[in-house]
Amino acid sequence: MTALPTYHRRMPTFWWLRKRTYFVFVMRELSSIFIAWFVLFLLLFVKAVGRGETAYHDFLDWAASPVVVALNVVAAVFLVVHTITWFNLTPQAMDLRVGRRPVPAAAVIAAQYAGLLVVSAVVWWLVRS
Amino acid sequence: MTKRRVEPLVWLMFSGGGVTAATVLPVLVALFAFAFPLGWIDAPDYGHVRAVVQNPLTILVLLGVFAVMLVHAAHRFRYTLYDGLQVKHQVLVALLCYGGAAAMTMMALIVLAAPL
Repeated sequence: MTALPTYHRRMPTFWWLRKRTYFVFVMRELSSIFIAWFVLFLLLFVKAVGRGETAYHDFLDWAASPVVVALNVVAAVFLVVHTITWFNLTPQAMDLRVGRRPVPAAAVIAAQYAGLLVVSAVVWWLVRS
Repeated sequence: MTKRRVEPLVWLMFSGGGVTAATVLPVLVALFAFAFPLGWIDAPDYGHVRAVVQNPLTILVLLGVFAVMLVHAAHRFRYTLYDGLQVKHQVLVALLCYGGAAAMTMMALIVLAAPL
């Protein structure tokens, strides 16, 4: 197959700094890298728990060191952005209906926050009991 | 052709991982990245944490949760590089993103399944 000569206008690398909405879009997408970081962080925690009591306390000390706390603060801000934007986008991506009537967007968003609370309570109960 | 058949599955895992990250990750981060290390709440004693983490059901759930969040992150970061940062080495970017997710999922399997 012959490739058709198509015209691609070169986008400047920092096109997303021109408008606030573009910037917010790229920040939202960048949350992905911080989610991957938290997976790695939790894996290190699980690994430490597997290695014994000393490793567990060493992990907690390491996690309290300034560099790690700073990184986690930044990552947590991105995680909050992810959670809020994800919940807000869900009613736009899903066409939920009860019978034939569409479920209002606000109800879908509220249901997700309720889910977040339930999951948080279960994790809290598991960790603390 | 095969790429077309894989694409919907990746998007499905992207969505699943997005929901998981939005609902499960905040509490885990609040507890294990802040509250326990910084002493806002007394960290649970080792024996209890070990029992919870090494419970087969926890291992299974964590493996699923981690895997799906890693695919979510890889997929989204891939498009951030394409569209956001205008990185045009498409095949290389895809390989690095999904390869990274696959490698970390393998690591998760090894770490989580170790006590079994």
